[in-house]
Amino acid sequence: MATIQVNVNGDDRTIESIDPNTPLLWALRDHLGMVGTKFGCGKGLCGACTVHMNGIAIRSCSTPVSAAVGQAITTIEGLAESSQNLHPLQEAWMEEDVPQCGYCQAGQIMNAAALLSSNSSPSDEDIDNAMAGNLCRCGTYTRIRKAIHSAAEKGGVA
Amino acid sequence: MNKDLYHYDLIPDVDMPAEFIEREKAREASKDEREESFIPRRRFLKMTGIAGGGLVLAFAISRSQRAEGAHHGGGDHSTFAPNAFIQIKPDGSIVIAAKNPEVGQGIKTFLPMIVAEELEVPWESVTVEQSEIDRERFGVQSAGGSQSTPRNWNPLRQAGAVARTMLVSAAAQKWSVDASKCKADQGYVINESSGARLSYAELATDAAKLPVPDADSVTLKERSEYKLLGKFIGGVDNADLVTGKPLFGIDQSLPGMLYAVYVKCPSFGGAVKHANLEEIKSLPGVVNAFVLKGNSVDGQLMPGVAILAKSTYEAFLAEKALQVSWDKAPASNESWIEMKAQAKELTSKPGPVAEEQGDMDGAIASASKVVDGYYTYPFLSHSNLEPQNCTAWYTDGKMKLWAPSQTPQGIAGMLSNLLEIDQDAVEITQLRIGGGFGRRLINDFVCEAAAIAKQVDVPIKLMWNRESDMAHDFYRVGGFHNLKGTIDSSGKLTGLQDRTVVFTPKGGDGKRPVRGGNIRAANIQCPEIPNVRIEAHHLPLQVPCGWWRAPGSCSLGWVYQSFIDELAHAAGRDHLEFLLEQFGEPRWLQPGQARAFNTERAINVTKLAAEKGDWGQDMKSGQGRGISFYFSHLGYFTEVAEVTVENGNQVRVDRVVVAADVGMLLNKAGGENQVEGSVIDGLSTLAGQEISFEEGAVRQTNFDDYPLLRMPAQPKIEIHWMTTDYAPTGLGEPAFPPLAAAVTNAIHAATGKRIRTMPISKEGFQVV
Repeated sequence: MATIQVNVNGDDRTIESIDPNTPLLWALRDHLGMVGTKFGCGKGLCGACTVHMNGIAIRSCSTPVSAAVGQAITTIEGLAESSQNLHPLQEAWMEEDVPQCGYCQAGQIMNAAALLSSNSSPSDEDIDNAMAGNLCRCGTYTRIRKAIHSAAEKGGVA
Repeated sequence: MNKDLYHYDLIPDVDMPAEFIEREKAREASKDEREESFIPRRRFLKMTGIAGGGLVLAFAISRSQRAEGAHHGGGDHSTFAPNAFIQIKPDGSIVIAAKNPEVGQGIKTFLPMIVAEELEVPWESVTVEQSEIDRERFGVQSAGGSQSTPRNWNPLRQAGAVARTMLVSAAAQKWSVDASKCKADQGYVINESSGARLSYAELATDAAKLPVPDADSVTLKERSEYKLLGKFIGGVDNADLVTGKPLFGIDQSLPGMLYAVYVKCPSFGGAVKHANLEEIKSLPGVVNAFVLKGNSVDGQLMPGVAILAKSTYEAFLAEKALQVSWDKAPASNESWIEMKAQAKELTSKPGPVAEEQGDMDGAIASASKVVDGYYTYPFLSHSNLEPQNCTAWYTDGKMKLWAPSQTPQGIAGMLSNLLEIDQDAVEITQLRIGGGFGRRLINDFVCEAAAIAKQVDVPIKLMWNRESDMAHDFYRVGGFHNLKGTIDSSGKLTGLQDRTVVFTPKGGDGKRPVRGGNIRAANIQCPEIPNVRIEAHHLPLQVPCGWWRAPGSCSLGWVYQSFIDELAHAAGRDHLEFLLEQFGEPRWLQPGQARAFNTERAINVTKLAAEKGDWGQDMKSGQGRGISFYFSHLGYFTEVAEVTVENGNQVRVDRVVVAADVGMLLNKAGGENQVEGSVIDGLSTLAGQEISFEEGAVRQTNFDDYPLLRMPAQPKIEIHWMTTDYAPTGLGEPAFPPLAAAVTNAIHAATGKRIRTMPISKEGFQVV
């Protein structure tokens, strides 16, 4: 058990009495009460747990919280600048009515945000390749691709 | 025409869980009102006089005489709440209740849209709130069988129209004009003579003083007057979803809550002999561990070991360290490989005749061509992306539950038997559900959470991991069909025989099929075939089965619609023309029964799909086009798939064209999302999904060995709606069944190879 300091969405947070091997996913959900990041498979196969570490998309279910020390973690709760000023992807997701059950969508959006920050004008193929690690059981892929294009056209990176 | 095979009672039996039908039939029998009870035909007003002005209007339901006022308005004296679905406050805010569980089918949005349409308010002014569980006030609250749309269409329109009528009456009285001179328009009542306007907010208090009109007496809007229904309206939770707000069962948290796992025997039905509980209790973060005997009732509580810890991770670690000696005497010892061999052997011989029409033996004897085909498909997992979970707190004699359940109304009765608690002591909060697909029609995970919570004095959140989710599902049953079709010298289909296996739950009566395991002649959906015979070998099955998106239809649609293509080829006929011939004349097979098969609707969607899907037009070498129809859950769908097959076995699905008739589309956004999702789900399933088991235990564990379709494999999807005057019907399921046959027929067109085993990876094909 250890006391761990992590920076999440720009805030330094202290987690007391945590096994340093705890996946970042569960540190966020159980210890910090940030439940926007979802548990799907626990093995990095579905992407529901995607967050950013220093702007790179990672699978938080397979990343120990100890690896997040000293890194900048961004979660779905911190993607928008403010509740009035959402990320273009969040806006596009609503405009295209992407979600069905919606469970995977936080991970999809975080993965798409990392894509747009490195490729501001992705092709269909770029999107398919970048998003191939994120499963949607409801099958909203058509709309996800459309929403990413739409956000890219509107300036992409918030 | 073998219309008796298409009797009214048969189609729902295929489409809806048998338990639901029986329950509903019993309810029907006990009801003096034909319609849903939650909008009674006769009702009377209960006025709750409030000191200090303002009135809460409430109606009492005629049978229960239960007052609404206690629930709506409560301390807020000026709220207009003419029924359980609507509250209009003097500040202009309009709250509409969403009654049913949201699993992704969009119901939290489109049922309130129906109310808002008839209430005649702008959607932007509406706040939707998930309702509590209360059958008296909200009627059936479930998410299954695509039944919510047909079931709620009339009652919810009436709920809105009753309120609108009262608001118009209140305005007419105020202006001292006849109500016919006033009209409701987007949150206002307009005096057509003077042009004066009053907002609903201004009218709420007066409207609350009026008697509530009979639901059947109010005028519903014409479809041409609709301003909201049919539009593209995004889901009401979208803003919360894209910003990561807590919505789902898994997001529930309570002060002092412990995190629970529950470990069951990998072989279905096994019991606990011994477990290393003391060692588990000494692990970091573990607070408690104990054995639950369970009642071993299918769908309720199986024996297992509960572990409670301070975090999910610690609970999961403890689960890995748990060592259980299982008593496998009561457990399944079934093997998928052996079952396949047994079924093949059985279906090669005549079996007990389940249904017969005409003279199948005569058709075989006189046929100019006899076609045989052996079709098989595997068990499937639901694989909801949100694994099963439930939060429970047993406190002050009450069992409080936060349950992502598709059938929340079934929980209290179940728990009262299981845990010996009063039904009224069970309180359920509906939470958003991370995927249903039928899995959460069964409340086993709720039973587990409640049983664990009853043992401790703190709230617990039961969390399944992916592996336990895949190992303890209620699976889509696998199937085996030895088909025979007969064609006469003119190329007409004269007979169809299916020698099949119907699985029955082990220990049951040996007749009633497992959930979703019924196989009926009505599933063939070719009413013009004069001779039909279903021979069903019954086999006991211990592997638990459940309802999986479009139960029965999800697999039978593929089997029969593929075989029809085979028969068309054997007859030297064009598949489209051959398929249309099987529908015959445009008609209701059971006149007056809206649930029965309507061949006109089938013909129309098939022609539309063919036209939009370029049926009959040339394709390049290596490409193929396939068509398939299916009627399920009251929806008529024909789909055309276009594929390119490269390197002999790499299948790319280029385009899927869908033609649909569900009466009218209520929400273009959510409705089309269901169709797109069904197409993707259909591809996912046919590409490589199979649940197999050895020694009664499932072999697949996670998404690496049970793959879901990924984004690069998505096809272009085009949807064409036939708008008809029929009442709207549900969209959670009916777009799924035709997809697989459209694709496998297209693969046949491209390669000449007929796929008779699912998934197609078993036949050497790969979806890319």
